[in-house]
Amino acid sequence: MVAFEAVIGLEIHAELLTRSKMFCSCPVVDSTQAEPNVAVCPICAGMPGTLPVINRQAVELALRVALALGCQIHPVSVFARKNYFYPDLPKGYQISQYEQPLAVNGILPIETESGWREIRIRRVHLEEDTGKLSHVHADGEVYSLVDLNRAGVPLLEIVSEPDLRSAQEVRAYAQTLRILLRTLQASSGDMEKGALRIEPNISVRPAGSSTLGTRVEIKNLNSFRSLERAVAYQIEVQVGKLSRGEVVEQETVGWDEAQEITFSQRSKEEAHDYRYFPEPDLPPLVVTPEWVESIRAALPELPWERQRRYVEALGLAPAEARLLVSDPALADFFDRVVGALKRAPARMAATWVTGELLARLNEQGQTLEVLRLSPEGFADLLDRTVEGQINLNTAKGVLQEMCMSGKPAVQIIAERGLEQVSDPEWIARIVAQVLRENPAELDKYRSGKSTLFNWFYGQVMRLTRGKANPQMVREELTRCLEDQVRGES
Amino acid sequence: MSLTLAEVEHIARLARLELSEEEKIRFREQLSAILDYAARLQEVDTRNISPTAWTVNVQAPLREDVPAQGLPTSEVLSNAPQVQDNQFRVPPVLEG
Amino acid sequence: MSELTDLSVPELLAGMRRGDFSAVEVTRAFLRAIECLEPSLHTLITFTPELAVRMAEEADRRYRAWRHEGSSTEAALPPLLGIPIMIKDVLCLKGVPCTCGSRILQDFVPPYTATAVQRLLDAGVVVLGKTNTDEFAMGSSTENSAFGATRNPWNPEHVPGGSSGGSASAVAARMTPAALGSDTGGSIRQPAAYCGVTGIKPTYGRVSRYGLVAYGSSLDTVGVFARSAAETALFFSLMAGHDPLDSTSAREPVPPVSLPDTPNLNGLRIGVPEEYFISGMSAEVEQAVRNAIAQMEHLGATVQNVRLPHTGYALPVYYLIAPAEASANLARYDGVRFGYRAPAERLWEMFDRTRGNGFGAEVKRRIMLGTYALSAGYYDAYYAQAQKVRTLIRQDFLDAFQQVDVIACPVAPTPAFRIGEHTDDPLAMYLEDIFTLPANLAGIPGLAFPAGFSATGLPIGMQLMSAPFREEILFHTAHAYQQVTDWHTRRPPLTP
Repeated sequence: MVAFEAVIGLEIHAELLTRSKMFCSCPVVDSTQAEPNVAVCPICAGMPGTLPVINRQAVELALRVALALGCQIHPVSVFARKNYFYPDLPKGYQISQYEQPLAVNGILPIETESGWREIRIRRVHLEEDTGKLSHVHADGEVYSLVDLNRAGVPLLEIVSEPDLRSAQEVRAYAQTLRILLRTLQASSGDMEKGALRIEPNISVRPAGSSTLGTRVEIKNLNSFRSLERAVAYQIEVQVGKLSRGEVVEQETVGWDEAQEITFSQRSKEEAHDYRYFPEPDLPPLVVTPEWVESIRAALPELPWERQRRYVEALGLAPAEARLLVSDPALADFFDRVVGALKRAPARMAATWVTGELLARLNEQGQTLEVLRLSPEGFADLLDRTVEGQINLNTAKGVLQEMCMSGKPAVQIIAERGLEQVSDPEWIARIVAQVLRENPAELDKYRSGKSTLFNWFYGQVMRLTRGKANPQMVREELTRCLEDQVRGES
Repeated sequence: MSLTLAEVEHIARLARLELSEEEKIRFREQLSAILDYAARLQEVDTRNISPTAWTVNVQAPLREDVPAQGLPTSEVLSNAPQVQDNQFRVPPVLEG
Repeated sequence: MSELTDLSVPELLAGMRRGDFSAVEVTRAFLRAIECLEPSLHTLITFTPELAVRMAEEADRRYRAWRHEGSSTEAALPPLLGIPIMIKDVLCLKGVPCTCGSRILQDFVPPYTATAVQRLLDAGVVVLGKTNTDEFAMGSSTENSAFGATRNPWNPEHVPGGSSGGSASAVAARMTPAALGSDTGGSIRQPAAYCGVTGIKPTYGRVSRYGLVAYGSSLDTVGVFARSAAETALFFSLMAGHDPLDSTSAREPVPPVSLPDTPNLNGLRIGVPEEYFISGMSAEVEQAVRNAIAQMEHLGATVQNVRLPHTGYALPVYYLIAPAEASANLARYDGVRFGYRAPAERLWEMFDRTRGNGFGAEVKRRIMLGTYALSAGYYDAYYAQAQKVRTLIRQDFLDAFQQVDVIACPVAPTPAFRIGEHTDDPLAMYLEDIFTLPANLAGIPGLAFPAGFSATGLPIGMQLMSAPFREEILFHTAHAYQQVTDWHTRRPPLTP
């Protein structure tokens, strides 16, 4: 039985977070929310006689991404016309880049089950988005409608080499790229809103072969889940065909979410000869070494660098590290907490940030931006817990109030008298009291119901209103109960 | 003649031009004559010559990312042959 | 008819400033000329008499206010206040139809104005109408307009030239003191020669293309016709200069054009390219041009031969590059957002039929040619090769301008041909452009002006070309020539 391997490349389009469009000053609006045709001008509507002018910020963001991917930047790159007809393409051509793109030859590291892999990036270039076409069946009529709000929005196209080998790797690549785009504030990376569009190209070949099989392209994937499933499905389909000696046709397919299958979308009308030629209305885009270096110098810590640092230097568990890195704002918060810690270890901060803090945010529907808790305040809370001023349980409550009121830990502890008590005599008296006042449970414990330990513990904590040092309570309770069992009173 | 009728039809399809049979024949003759004439460019040695796509600016100017209000929706649509729900209406795209 | 239509632009301005006549009187004089001659010449696609009168009334209000103030200098007035112009119907003027001579844009009304036009509006001009043009500026006779041909006022059986034939004819017939045009392969210079007026094709990038409906994007220029080099220069200097809306717009400063009162061409080196005096061209044209050059020598210029060895390739280079760019520029005419839409049940039918019906034969021909030149498998041999030979053509000129200041040559091989003469032979029509195409390919400026008449009374023009951004030399030279000749003052049989 021949073993097959999948050979997958990804072509990704990301909407860039500029305020105005790629070639005109129209505002970039959320075209899924705005009224149709409210952000349109003669230029992005392709009206006769209008001309494009390049948005500097789009170039800046593109360079940021290209440098983060370790690409070689072309100091001179050229825009080109990609010619085809479609109702949502106002000029009848899209201004893109072809022979001389902005950047080439980069790397995106991804984490797989067998460790880190470097996926090669073939090219990164700028282009403009099309408008939106919607199809209507109403009142016995069938027609299509065009909204140009999105026409002209800047897009970054990132094309990988076909280095990916599985659906899981594809998902990892897509998720890593999304985190990178968000970290760099280049794109929201929101797949559901169409700000990140992913088109895998999949072929299959006998394992060990170096020739490429026929490629199938999948379009219209709306989530990472569909991406992974569609790729896995398509691999299965192709392996099946080749195993049976059938031929894989080159085609474009869509993904049917409900039936979880890919289906052919081959368009009969459009012959895809794009007749690329350099855009005569735009002289070459020149990017100076100074500009490039200033962007490179200002790059934040990249997601994979950060993930490695969390695991290797800070000792975080890989799962926690991954969770933090997947949310750049959260990771930034975490880094500031760590920077402010005096006693508590970074691992504790990681557990608290990914556990308690996230829980508080979720339950109150808050985000880090509106949180009234500063990283320094959070660090202070953790330090006080490690120092023993309060116990863990108490700390959780203090955190909740810090989130709501914005008061510092020290103030809340003082106001509510929450300081943990670690006086051994006091604890011994309370433990003795609890045992004395609950003879029935004590008898049951002596007869073997050892789970009552936790019940006694709860009673002590209740009597001390949670302030007793839990460790000491457990030790005292253990000691007393052992004595009881041995028959000493 | 340098162009075949099939090639003329292919180009017309790429260019989305509906041509009558008579036009196809006439264009075939005329375009072939022009292309034959243009073939003399092949005799020029351009091995070390770079193309001239732009005769003036060496580099494209860049615009600051400042949004400005475009046209009111009514003006965006004012020349449209058919409007519906403030959008451009066209016959259905999908094969009927 | 009225003498107002015979006055030069400076004379009109002086008269309005002095209060000899009002801007409304000036405009009405030209409106009457239009009403009288338009039926025979058909220079206009859209006539805007009400708009013109409103603009003239506004001009008069400003003149009155200025005179009332008394002490202000003339510099306080917009420099062309009250001067009527016409605008070739490929340049957008907000609120007025812009058809480009095509059925496909028959009812298109742009919600924006071309930068070049706006600068003249800011200078105070009055707009009389949009002039006739070959469809999408593709043609050399204005016969390709979907709205009928324009006629030459020197002989209405002859073409006025093209594609800016409406503008040239109207200026020659004194229906307007000046008119805007566009020049992609000779569309200002050739009609200027055919109609006996002066026309400037500026350096590429010198005048903004924003609002000029694109034909050949790397070749298109916006220019102007008037009855003399001095008046042409006036309009040119107000339109020229950098525009942030046009990424190909040059930042070179526009020097003021100084035209001395006494003609003197001492120190001017004129180059004469033998490649432009070919067999098959009219002997009368050759003679007129050579006489004009001799005239310039009398004024102090020196003359030498120059070589432009790649001239013979200009035609095939142009007829690959221009149609290629045009095929993409005209893809937006699909019936979706503006213009004509053919009835159809399905989308692709709608596209094909709209474009099949909406475009005329010449436009379709060039779209097909351009599509082919860019198509898979042919790009390198056709489009890419043409762009490389273009480099050689441009280099010929840049080398020549190391030795001379201007190049003098004919504009067209013959005077204006008869209407219908070339309709069946597009290649023969293309050959009309051989002397004008090279300047567009090289991006250099060219000025055409009258240099004589044929035995049958048709104007013969000549052309001066210079290095990029040196239009002032062209104006200076032509102005000197016009001070010692009177070709440019002759009146055609058809005038008000």
